[in-house]
Amino acid sequence: MFFLDQAWLVPLIPALSFVVILLFGKRMPRHGSEVGVVSVGASFVLACGAVVRWIMRVQDAKGGSALGALGRSIGRLGADNAEAPVLPVLHHVTWFQNGGVRLTAGIQIDGLAVVMMFVVTLVSLLVHVYSLEYMRGDSRFTYFYAMLSLFTASMLLLVVADNTLELLVGWELVGMCSFVLIGHWWEEKPNSDAALKAFLTTRTGDIGLLTGVIMTFFIVQRATGVGSFNIVALNSAVTNPNAKVGHTLILWCAAALMLAIVGKSGQFPLHTWLPDAMAGPTPVSALIHAATMVVAGVYLGARVYPVFYKGFSIADGGVNPMAAIGGITVIIGALLAFVQDDIKKVLAYSTISQLGYMVMALGVGAWTAAVFHLFTHAFFKADLFLGAGSVSHSGSHHSFDMKTDMGGLKKYMPQTYKTFVIGSLALAGIFPLAGFWSKDEILVNAGHNDYKLFLVIGLVGAFMTAAYMTRVVYLTFHGEYRGAHEPHAIPHVDEAEHDPIDTAASVEHDAEVHSPHESNRLLTGPLWVLSFFAVFAGFLNFPHFDKFEKWFQPRFPAGFAEILHPVAFNPILATVSVLVAGSGIGIAWAYYQGKLPQGLSERNALAHAGKRFLVNKYYLDFLYERVIVAGIKGPIAAGVYWFNQNVIDNVLNYTGRGAQALGRVTYDYVDQKGVDGLVNGLATLTGDSGGEVRKIQTGRLQFYALVLVVAVVVFAGVLWIAT
Amino acid sequence: MLLNEFLILAAFLFCTGVYGVLARKHAVLVLMSVELMLAGVNLNLVAFGAFHNNPIGQVFALFVLTIAAAEVGIGLAIVLLIYRNLHSADLDDVDTLKG
Repeated sequence: MFFLDQAWLVPLIPALSFVVILLFGKRMPRHGSEVGVVSVGASFVLACGAVVRWIMRVQDAKGGSALGALGRSIGRLGADNAEAPVLPVLHHVTWFQNGGVRLTAGIQIDGLAVVMMFVVTLVSLLVHVYSLEYMRGDSRFTYFYAMLSLFTASMLLLVVADNTLELLVGWELVGMCSFVLIGHWWEEKPNSDAALKAFLTTRTGDIGLLTGVIMTFFIVQRATGVGSFNIVALNSAVTNPNAKVGHTLILWCAAALMLAIVGKSGQFPLHTWLPDAMAGPTPVSALIHAATMVVAGVYLGARVYPVFYKGFSIADGGVNPMAAIGGITVIIGALLAFVQDDIKKVLAYSTISQLGYMVMALGVGAWTAAVFHLFTHAFFKADLFLGAGSVSHSGSHHSFDMKTDMGGLKKYMPQTYKTFVIGSLALAGIFPLAGFWSKDEILVNAGHNDYKLFLVIGLVGAFMTAAYMTRVVYLTFHGEYRGAHEPHAIPHVDEAEHDPIDTAASVEHDAEVHSPHESNRLLTGPLWVLSFFAVFAGFLNFPHFDKFEKWFQPRFPAGFAEILHPVAFNPILATVSVLVAGSGIGIAWAYYQGKLPQGLSERNALAHAGKRFLVNKYYLDFLYERVIVAGIKGPIAAGVYWFNQNVIDNVLNYTGRGAQALGRVTYDYVDQKGVDGLVNGLATLTGDSGGEVRKIQTGRLQFYALVLVVAVVVFAGVLWIAT
Repeated sequence: MLLNEFLILAAFLFCTGVYGVLARKHAVLVLMSVELMLAGVNLNLVAFGAFHNNPIGQVFALFVLTIAAAEVGIGLAIVLLIYRNLHSADLDDVDTLKG
């Protein structure tokens, strides 16, 4: 079981690669990128091995092997079905010990972990390859690859972590890498602002994670008497009905962790950082802000799912915070996607919406559906982002604005067009692509668990998703080419806002090619690989095949995992959802073909107001920046100024004066009188005594002889008396 | 054997020498007085040697004589140098070590 037991190698290899690239990358022939690609490739191979090994482990447990029989006998205690629980692979070492509390670092490898390892290493590998071309000539190329490696390592650490503290470390590291990579082109102010915004907004959620993680320690302590951050211990503490863990504690823990999910996974109302994060290089957006880091929140939710399940009382049909936030996010994300002209921002809002689906799925008790959607979404969303990158790289002179610089690119970039359409159809949930299966599973589970409201929200979201993706495809690839054929004609004001590409690289690239053309194979290769998964990943859960479900089902303590058993495929609902998505595509297509009434927002005041509301992103940025930040910043600044002037300055002044007075006293009394007096006194004493003693030094030989004789006589007398 | 007489004579010689060393002004006389003291000591050594019938007393006396001869040689040389420098052999004039 090498691949499962030694899964700690998977995050370790990119971590080493980070160090190597940072130290030696610049002197290497390909500037360190070769190290990044090879190391992530090695991690990918190990992750694939882990997936295969895990599937074999599950199959063995179902078969009649000795291991399976053992597992079955244990499993009977909790479950009446014949399927044996497959235990996760656990290994840990002592991290540090403090005050009798032993903190460990270790790995917990189960279905969820191997799925995530596979997704992270695959997308990371493709992004590494893609960046070879996309980032070619960048002034911080080596540094970019170093940070990609560090990100991959951190994300994998988060995935394999067996305790919440280790997970927290990985979580913060990916946040830091996200910050650094969004601000990769920090010379331009909007980019560094976006990086800062992303960092600070996710930090807001991380407060929740920190408090939540601390609470997990005490939940385990309540249940077992010994505090621990261990995830398995946490899940059994929460699910064990005999454990004395109060519901209030679990509720608070769930609420704190929910805040973390909201921050990291771009849920309403902290989603505002994600669209701005598109200021980073496109491969970064694909890797971090579509496929991996933003799903860390969903992963956390799936990892410690019992905490949410018990804390929020999921699956009793009532509205709970998790489902509500997910549902709201689905709708608001999709609505905002309609009014964006920047292709990457449309995709960013789409990501927010899809993350809303995942959180909503967790909120309605559809664990497998959430993880499955995470799995499929990673492929088609990374595909779309890399496709958008390919368009900007070769088709629109590094612009991301669909209205001014794109259109009609279908005939120039057929490969990019095909993969983009595949990704869009998968995202829209068209049968039989990946998105269809995963979205359908969320919907059918929501309906089954009596969450009719969220079933409807899901369907509305599916309609909007299909419509806005049609809009993107139409504006980008159809119609007339609106971009300038000559690079000199690009309006540079526009470019400053939308085009973060390093100027030197941009000029070099434009000098070679003046008109839109297909990207080279380093760009289209990853697109095709991701398109392959976007088409076929969904078949893992084909009805009555259900391999994803069987292989990667939740490994929670007995008695809890069974509750989460997903329900079967529902052909009627599937038909409805495909029809909804299809109508979304059809209506949007007809609109852009000019067959529907245009200019509604210009004529109707209500529609106009609605559009303005959307263009201003619900005024949330206004609320955060002008009201909350300014409201806190102003009084704090005034208070701090007052404090500085009155308290700190006074303290300093009085301290200074006091020190001066003290110095004078010290000089007068201690130094002059004490120390100097002592020294002078000693000298005087020595001089005076010397003056007295020198009088007997006559220098006359016979005087000395006399003294000698007298002394001898005296000693002789003393001796004589003594004897 | 009459030891006491020898010892009394030796003590008399020694005391005479001490007096000479302390009281005389001329350096040569002081040296001579030192010789008297040594003679007193030698007499003691020989007397005790004879009294105990032990030749070591005489051996010591011979050693003292030898060393006294050397001492006088050096002493006279010093006196000569003092006289050359100070044009006087008076010990009261030799007080350059006065503190």
